[in-house]
Amino acid sequence: MAQTPVIQAGASAPAFPALDRRRARRAAVWRRRRMVLLFMSPWIVGFSAFFGYPLVMSAYLSFTHYDLLSSPRWIGFANYRYLLTQDPLVWPAVKNTLWFIAVGVPLQVLFAFGIALMLTRAKWGLGFFRTVFYLPALAPPVAAVLGFVFLLNPATGPVNTILGKLGISGPLWFNDPAWSKPSLVILSIWTVGNTMIIFLAAVLDVPKHLYESAELDGAGPLRRLRWVTLPSVSPVILFSIILGVIQGLQYFTQALVASSVAAGSAVQGGDNPQTIGYPENSTLFYPVELYQEGFRFFHMGYASALAILLLVVSFAVTTIIVVNSRRWVHYGAAAR
Amino acid sequence: MKRVATVAAVLVALALAAGVAASTKHSPSGVEKAAGPNKLTVWVGWQARELNEFKSVVAEYDKAHPDVTVDVVGNINDDKITAAIRSGNAPDVVSSFTSANVGVYCGTGAWIDLAPFIAKSHINLSIFPKASLYYTQYKGKRCALPLLADVYGLYYNKTLFKKAGLTRPPKTFTELTAYAKKLTQRNPDGSLKVVGYDPVWTFYSGNAPDMSVYFPLFGAKYIDAKGDSILSKDPAWSRLLQWQKGLIDWYGYKNLVKFNTGAGQEFSASNAFETGKIAMLLDGEWRVAFIAAEHPELQYGTAPGPVDPAHPDLYGAGYINGTIIGIPKGGHNVDQAWDLVKYLTTNDHALAKFSNGIRNVPSTTSSSRSKELKPDAHFATFLRIFTNPHSGTTPITAAGNAYGTLISNFVNKWQAGHAKDLKSGLASLDKAIDDQLAQAEKGGGGPP
Repeated sequence: MAQTPVIQAGASAPAFPALDRRRARRAAVWRRRRMVLLFMSPWIVGFSAFFGYPLVMSAYLSFTHYDLLSSPRWIGFANYRYLLTQDPLVWPAVKNTLWFIAVGVPLQVLFAFGIALMLTRAKWGLGFFRTVFYLPALAPPVAAVLGFVFLLNPATGPVNTILGKLGISGPLWFNDPAWSKPSLVILSIWTVGNTMIIFLAAVLDVPKHLYESAELDGAGPLRRLRWVTLPSVSPVILFSIILGVIQGLQYFTQALVASSVAAGSAVQGGDNPQTIGYPENSTLFYPVELYQEGFRFFHMGYASALAILLLVVSFAVTTIIVVNSRRWVHYGAAAR
Repeated sequence: MKRVATVAAVLVALALAAGVAASTKHSPSGVEKAAGPNKLTVWVGWQARELNEFKSVVAEYDKAHPDVTVDVVGNINDDKITAAIRSGNAPDVVSSFTSANVGVYCGTGAWIDLAPFIAKSHINLSIFPKASLYYTQYKGKRCALPLLADVYGLYYNKTLFKKAGLTRPPKTFTELTAYAKKLTQRNPDGSLKVVGYDPVWTFYSGNAPDMSVYFPLFGAKYIDAKGDSILSKDPAWSRLLQWQKGLIDWYGYKNLVKFNTGAGQEFSASNAFETGKIAMLLDGEWRVAFIAAEHPELQYGTAPGPVDPAHPDLYGAGYINGTIIGIPKGGHNVDQAWDLVKYLTTNDHALAKFSNGIRNVPSTTSSSRSKELKPDAHFATFLRIFTNPHSGTTPITAAGNAYGTLISNFVNKWQAGHAKDLKSGLASLDKAIDDQLAQAEKGGGGPP
């Protein structure tokens, strides 16, 4: 009997410690995973509750007739069919949104970059000018739009008054379908301060020795801009374009307020859907149409289909930009 | 690690407990069985002066009913009403300015069917005009009753009329055009100083681009008995739009838009009619009270809107709309809520008192003839329009006034000269409206 433990120990000595070690390692891995999950749980909960759940619900509701007040009823692809083949409002909304992205985003990037370049060359008052150009970005969107509608009022606005004194008959701005989107683009350029600050930091971060080397090689200011500054800030340009495109796809507040105020409505969008998109649907952007369908017309199932399409398009556009960017975005310029 | 797990478990348990507590907090039982008088909560859209007038009407009811205390909450819109009903936190009584949404409220059961209450209270619905009865139901399901009405008619500036040698308001749109041309004054640079009549869609409520204020004046119909859009089939719409474009072209579209952008906010003392910049205006009865408060010196008159020269018999008619009131599902104290709704919508004294306060039209035939109504020649015009058999209201659909948006798209292009072919434009519009109604579940039938 006294030998039994020895025999057992001797027989299992090579197997048991290895098993224990494996179990211990697995337990440690699980402990680590649990710990990671625990620390990530606030984000997981937030992501699931405020992104995952709405996304799944939107996808489900897009296949239903849902008026917000009664239970959703499954209708298959009817919402998508109406969206793609019948809705007379959705294609003007798509066109307006694409126009705004195609014209507005390049101009926003150009102006933000241009202002940042100018600020890096300022000999004095850098802080002052930086503040002046950044300040409009702090203006609440609604206040900014109201200010612009006032400035560009065809009858009483100071812009047309000055143009009139110069003998120029000013346009109708927000009251003309040909000018309403350009007016919104001007507003978006005015509030380009956030992007400008990022560009400023990127331009100031370009290593001086790159400019010195280029100068020694005989490169003038334009060539230095083309071959040194632009490649160095290209990641920021990419970031600004993606951000601009996503903001363009979600363009809402300014368009809604501008159309309502320019149409002379006392109720901003609220109970007067007939002013949304004024004039002649030229300010009917995709998110505005989505809001109108979901919350004004009680077509929440259809609005969900619009939202899913917006998600797909946003994802596709971002992917295309990122894939194409490999050809012109240079990372690690500062390290070189 | 165990401690961390324990803490996490406790936190989860606490969160669950808090959730359970929060969900049981809204149980109706506690509210219903409270000791003392039941508290009724009423949501309305009025605010400021008009809200106080409503509160004074409710105060009389409150005083006469010791079993309830009524709490009135103002500045409510349909978004808030919808959200409250969805969350199960609806008040006892709700009212909405957007009668077009009655299709959704009745159709979904979000506002309860009032038919059993009406039957129990032996209310004869013929006390309400046909138009008001129409915009408070959907597919025969009555989930609302009218609480005062808005009626549109013509306002004209007597001083400007006198200067132009005009002695009476126009009775047809042909006359209106001739008057408008006579009354219009231009600045030396050709811009408009005084506009005789401004026909631009979206300019002020009277020119709502769904053409709602004009359709009774042309005898036009939006939809047929089957619920199909007939804008291209009813020639009245073409006559209306051609008349409107003709007058716009006389002014010049750009001139008018420029004038409108400097004309002053509609609901302010700088309203262009009140300041004498516009000689004639189609507007609601509320303008009488606005003028009295903001420009009592204005010499003006009111009359029914002019009508299609092809149908002079329509003279006296006008567009009717109004506030609706009902009981949301999930509300507590339903019987007491109904008693209050009944009082507010059928009691002649309450309606006359409220009408005197905010100068909206009392919504039953008998209250519109009440001796309690403060006599006012300007306002009396609207009382007559209200009871005119040709007066009407817009269709109620399951999608609210979504069709109005489609109409607005087309007529705005038309007036700017960007839609050349009226016939095909209206035909496309019919198709778009039909598709939209089918998508939102067609039905409801046309207004009377």
